[in-house]
Amino acid sequence: MIYTYSALRTPHSALKGLCRCLLVCCLWVSPVIAQPVTIGSKNFTENVILGEVLRHLAQHAGQEAIHRQQLGGTQILWEALLRGDLDAYAEYTGTLTQEVLADLKLENNEALEEALKERGILMSRPLGFNNTYALGMKPGLADSLGIIKISDLRDHPDLIFAFGNEFLDRGDGWPTLRNRYGLPQTNVSGLDHDLSYRGLESGDTHVIDLYSTDAEIAYYKLRVLEDDLNHFPVYNAIIVYRKDLMQRAPQVVDAFLQLEGRIPESDMVAMNARAKIDKIPEVRIAANFLASTLDIHIDVQEETRWDRLMKHTGAHLYLVIISLSAAILIAVPLGIVSACLPNFGQVVLAVVGVIQTIPSLALLVMMIPVVGIGGPPAILALFLYSLLPIVRNTYAGLTDIPGPLKESAQALGLPPAARLRLVELPMASRTIIAGIKTSAVINVGTATLGAIIGAGGFGQPILTGIRLADNGLILEGAIPAAVLALLAQGVFEVIERLFVPRGLRLKAQG
Amino acid sequence: MLSVHNISKIYDDRTALDALTLTVQAARTTVLIGPSGCGKSTLIRIMIGLILPDTGHIRFENTEVTPETALQLRHRMGYVIQDGGLFPHLNGYDNVVLMARYLGWAEDRLAVRVHELTELTRFPEDGLGRYPVQLSGGQRQRVGLMRALMLDPDVLLLDEPLGALDPIIQADLQDDLRDIFRTLGKTVVMVTHDMGEAGFFGDEIVLMQDGKIIQQGTLHDLVHDPVDDFVIRFINAHRGPLDVLKD
Repeated sequence: MIYTYSALRTPHSALKGLCRCLLVCCLWVSPVIAQPVTIGSKNFTENVILGEVLRHLAQHAGQEAIHRQQLGGTQILWEALLRGDLDAYAEYTGTLTQEVLADLKLENNEALEEALKERGILMSRPLGFNNTYALGMKPGLADSLGIIKISDLRDHPDLIFAFGNEFLDRGDGWPTLRNRYGLPQTNVSGLDHDLSYRGLESGDTHVIDLYSTDAEIAYYKLRVLEDDLNHFPVYNAIIVYRKDLMQRAPQVVDAFLQLEGRIPESDMVAMNARAKIDKIPEVRIAANFLASTLDIHIDVQEETRWDRLMKHTGAHLYLVIISLSAAILIAVPLGIVSACLPNFGQVVLAVVGVIQTIPSLALLVMMIPVVGIGGPPAILALFLYSLLPIVRNTYAGLTDIPGPLKESAQALGLPPAARLRLVELPMASRTIIAGIKTSAVINVGTATLGAIIGAGGFGQPILTGIRLADNGLILEGAIPAAVLALLAQGVFEVIERLFVPRGLRLKAQG
Repeated sequence: MLSVHNISKIYDDRTALDALTLTVQAARTTVLIGPSGCGKSTLIRIMIGLILPDTGHIRFENTEVTPETALQLRHRMGYVIQDGGLFPHLNGYDNVVLMARYLGWAEDRLAVRVHELTELTRFPEDGLGRYPVQLSGGQRQRVGLMRALMLDPDVLLLDEPLGALDPIIQADLQDDLRDIFRTLGKTVVMVTHDMGEAGFFGDEIVLMQDGKIIQQGTLHDLVHDPVDDFVIRFINAHRGPLDVLKD
C-alpha cells in the first residue's frame, strides 16, 4: 500500500466524521491528533516529490505515515499545520517571510525560526536548494525584443502575462513585482502553474512565472529573465513541522532532519524533470533519491490503474454518500417545516439559496478553519450544497398540492401528522425525489473538487493529471466521475419507481 | 342538527359572509345557491370547520364546531367536492377506506362496508382497483361519494358535486344521488349555482347574495312568492334549451 487516504478509513471513523460534520455548527471541535504522521504537499510536482520523500522517511523510521498530496495552496497547508491536521510539509523560507508571516517583516532565518516557534512550529535547516521565483520567456521572442532582464519588460506593454494563481496575489508576487519594476502590462491572467508552460509553448502567453527548479526551463530552453532589482527573496527549501511531533515521534523528526543540506539544486531539478518529462511516479523518484543520497532503501510498490480506481471510487463514494444522506435527513424535514410555516420557510429558502451561490471552491476552503482538511470539510461543504434542491423541492411539492385536495384530507377528519404521512408526502414524493436526484448529481460533480483540500476522490487523478499534463490521468478521474453521476441518476430513477405511488406515474386517459 | 349563527367572514377587503344565520333541517336536503362570490362555498366550508369565521359560531347537534372539536365532528360529516377530490396516489378502494383504515377498522369490515357502498352508489366493484386518473368524471364522483359515506355520517356536505360533468352523466348522477339521499334519509347540504339542480334536490333552497340570505324556502316559494327583484331575475336567468323555441 503506497498512498493512504481518507477513503480507507474504518466505518467507525467514517461515522465520527459524519458526527463532526453535523455538530460543527454548535461545537468547536478540537483537532483530533491522528495516530499516523500526516504530511502535506502543495499543488506542484517538486513539493509532491518532497512530500513522498518525507513519507518514506517517516515510514522507514517505523511510523505509519499519510501523505495528503496536492492540497490547494500555501494557506491551506499552513492552516492545516497550525490546526494539527498536518504534522509536516516542505516549505520555502521566502514564502514564509514574504507571504505567510509577511506582516512581521522578518529579516533573517533566526527571526523566522523564532516566529514559527511562537506558533508551535519548528523548521529544519535549509535542505540545500533555493527555488526562487523568476520570469521566463521563449528565447526567440525574448531575442527579437531584446529582453534579457525584468526591467526590459517596461518597454513592451503589449506582452501577455500569465501567472500561477498563487503568484498573482502573493505579497512577494505580481503586485509588488509590478510596483518594484514599474511594469505597464495590463493583459495579466492567472492559471494553474503547470499549465502556464503549455500556454507559453502554444504562444497564447508571452511571459510566465517560473520556479527556478522547474524542469521545464531546461526542457523548453526558456530564457530566465534576470531579477536586476533583486525583487525576489531567497526561497530555501526547509521542512516545517509541529513541535508536538518531537514528543510523539522523535525518530521521525530525526529522520526528516537527515535531509538538511542534502538536496542540491541540480538534484531537485533532475527529480522534477524525471516526474514531469519522463513521467516517472513521484513515489519512485523519492525512493531512488533516498537510496542514492541517504542509502535508505525503500520497497516501492506502484499502484495499478485498477488499484487507483478502486481507491478513488471508495473516497468519492464516502464523500457523496455521507454528505447526501445527511442532506436528505436534514433537508426533507426542513422543507416540510418550511411548507407548514410560510414565514420561516421564506427564511430557510433564502439561506440555503445564498449557500448555493458561494462558489464551490470557496466553500470548500472556508470549511478548513472549522473542521480542518480532508474528508470532513469536503463532506460539510457538499452537505451544504446538497440542501437547496431538496429543501426547495420538498417545499414546492407540498405547497403545490391543490387546495381542494388538502381540504378533502382535512374534511375526512385526519389529524395533521396523518395528513402529511398518508396524503401530502406521498403526493409530493415525485418532486422530493427529483430534488434529491438533482442534489446527487451536483454532489458527485462537486466532490471532484474535494481533492484540493485533501479529501481524495476522482478529483485526485484530475489534479495530478493537470499538474503532469497527463490527459490519461485526467480522464482517469473525469470518466468515473461522469459514470458515477449517471449511475446516481439511474439509482434515483429506480428509487422513484419504488417510492412514487403508481397513481402518480399513470397518464390520464383520454 | 346543524346551524350557524351570526357568521361573518371577510377576505382582505371583500365580505364573503355578512352576519349570516341558518339552521339546516335534519333528514332534509338544503341547497345553497346564488351567484359567484355570494359566499355559499365559504359557508359550507365553515360548517365543516375548514375555514374559521371572523364572528359567530357553528353548532353541530349540541357541540360547537371549533378547531378542537372539528376533527372528531368530521367523522360524522361527509364532504364531497367537485370532481370528487380523490387523492391521485391512491386507487379507488384506498381512497374510500383511507379514514376508516386510519381509525383501525379490520380489513374484512372495510371490505363489507365498501361492498355496501358500491351497491348504493351503483359503482362496479372491480373499478375500485383503478386510480383516479383512470376513472371518468362521473366514476370519480361516485368514488368521492363512497368515501364521504364510508363512516356512515349524519350529515353530507356537497360543494358543487356535479359541476364538472357533461349533461347526460350529470343527469344520471342527479337521479342516483337523489335516490341515495332518500334511501339514507340523511341531512344533506349541497352547494350549486344551477337553479334546475337546486329545484331537483332541494327540500329547502337558500338563495344567497353578497354574503347574506335573500330568501329561504321551497322552489315553489321562490318562484311564486319572490321577496324581491333579485330573486325573480336569478330564477329567470336560468334558461332551458326549450325557452328558445318558445319565443
